[in-house]
Amino acid sequence: MTQALPAEQRRHMLTRMLEIRYCEERIQELFLENVIRGTTHLCIGQEGVSVAMAASIDAPRGDTVTCTYRGHGHALALGITLESMLAEMMGKEAGCCKGKGGSMHLTDINLGLIGTFAVIGAGLPITNGAALTAQIKGTGAVSVSIFGDGTANIGAFHEALNLAAVWKLPAVFLCENNLYGEYSAYADTAPVPNVADRALAYGMASEIVDGQDPELVYAAIQRAMERARSGEGPTLVEAKTYRYKGHSRTDTGPYRPAGELERWMQRDPINILGERMIADGQLTQAQFDQMHKDAQQAVQTATEWAMAQPYPPYEAILEDIWV
Amino acid sequence: MPTTITYREAVVRALDEEMARDENVIFFGEDVAKAGGVFKVTPGLWEKYGPIRVRDTPISEIAIIGAGIGAAVTGLRPVVELMFADFAAVTLDQIINQAAKFRYMSGGQLKVPLTIRAAQGAGAGFGSQHSQCVEVWFMHAPGLKVAVPSNPADVLGLLKSAIRDDNPVVFLEHKLQYAENGEIPDGEHIVPFGVAKIVREGTDVTIVAIQRMVAAAVKAADELAREGISCEVIDPRTLVPLDLDTIINSVKKTGRLVTVEEALHAGGWGSEVATQVTDQAIWYLEGPVVRVTMGASIIPFSQPLEDYLIPGKDDVIAAVRRTLEP
Repeated sequence: MTQALPAEQRRHMLTRMLEIRYCEERIQELFLENVIRGTTHLCIGQEGVSVAMAASIDAPRGDTVTCTYRGHGHALALGITLESMLAEMMGKEAGCCKGKGGSMHLTDINLGLIGTFAVIGAGLPITNGAALTAQIKGTGAVSVSIFGDGTANIGAFHEALNLAAVWKLPAVFLCENNLYGEYSAYADTAPVPNVADRALAYGMASEIVDGQDPELVYAAIQRAMERARSGEGPTLVEAKTYRYKGHSRTDTGPYRPAGELERWMQRDPINILGERMIADGQLTQAQFDQMHKDAQQAVQTATEWAMAQPYPPYEAILEDIWV
Repeated sequence: MPTTITYREAVVRALDEEMARDENVIFFGEDVAKAGGVFKVTPGLWEKYGPIRVRDTPISEIAIIGAGIGAAVTGLRPVVELMFADFAAVTLDQIINQAAKFRYMSGGQLKVPLTIRAAQGAGAGFGSQHSQCVEVWFMHAPGLKVAVPSNPADVLGLLKSAIRDDNPVVFLEHKLQYAENGEIPDGEHIVPFGVAKIVREGTDVTIVAIQRMVAAAVKAADELAREGISCEVIDPRTLVPLDLDTIINSVKKTGRLVTVEEALHAGGWGSEVATQVTDQAIWYLEGPVVRVTMGASIIPFSQPLEDYLIPGKDDVIAAVRRTLEP
């Protein structure tokens, strides 16, 4: 059952999903043009989870987020600007982390984003600590940790979920199951059909949700946050989703069965929400088309701005190591 | 009137004083609360501060350090215990990739006021995986500070400094020293990081040692003094930051340097001290820089072998003599 969100909130989600989509596509181009170096992990196809998660976060209350290196979408959804993120990708001083972090290390603590984590599973134990602060200080804040299906096989995942359950921490473990851990299929690396099945081992509540429908994901996260805030402890939410691109920039995804990508693209989160708004009379096709154009323009403007920014000075190399 | 307490009591005293002073200080680890720690270092804290601030954890070193980091970046000042320092290897990602780098990678947005306590050191028959001195693991991770107290007063003063520090601190206690006594001064006792202590003044040879090796160095100095050889013994107290000025000034006076480590030879902190001294004071040196270490061995279980391996007074004396050879 889809719980319809107010038109204004839907429009905000749709706008952000479009910005994420076009920003990710632009990032891919910028890599090929050597404007961005290193590696990158695109979330195209998974934007619905990002905006649903972000709509649940109240940073002033103290809610926090950790996520994986596939984190551009989450960062943008939480409110990092296109300018700040693109500048960070390019290693510019104006980046959200002064160019010290890069694609895999995005932080904006004012938005509740503790970080995107480049090591699988590393964010989950740290989310527990943020939840511990909320529990001890009684702030009512909730900590959300986002991770992929591959994370369910690493030790940090098990230690973190176990501790969170034992201490009844106000945490939400949000798995984006996009069917592949790097190049390997989920089914080849895990003995249970769903990541959510793991919750049983920790006596933890769990839920499986269609990750392509932002409103369904939002509702599931809301239920999990309510459980967390009422002292019932953490929840493992598994959003079934899909990445249209490969694992990282050099991976074209040849291991995927023929037709799989096309089937998932039929259930595109942007189209699902956009078409629903059109059907509900909240948006016209012309307006939807214009939103696409606006997002592309915003990404273009931000890209040009970021490219024009200076690199950090050499003195920055030794700044921010010890306080 | 200074009072005498044990190294062990100094740990719990520092925790108690800081927890009383600042409600943001919390403490957790394996068996540290209800049981008071497997080394009986932290009794009474759970009873005094309650189960919210003092907690037992599952045997989950990754979860322990992670929870410490997350609590630290959101406003608390956690102290976590890893029990045996060797177990840090289980959670090196959290310590080295996460805690140490957070402030840097975030462009200064995050600070990590986290203290990681652990017991290190050989001599108790714990075997290869419960006996190592691991200070150098953390010296190679910029962002961490490393404290290595050698006596109760320094335990007290350095641990209080660690808890108040906005950086992650690895605080290594030597498990063979827990029962040792020492005087602590009256009033609140704080020892700043990066200030070495001249344990004994001398004019002929500088000996730099930490933790249990300080006593070995002092014993060696006492014996050599009877032959008219005057040794200056320096305890750096923290390896990061390292008070090189005190060491280099001493070498400029003595012209000779010995370092004493209960650790491996290759890549020890003594190597760093030796190269810094040769870089900054080579024209003052009148003999070779000699390092006393445990060579290249894994720590064996068998008592005679373990005892033989751990450096002692005689090894220090031999090293001092080498610096004096014509």
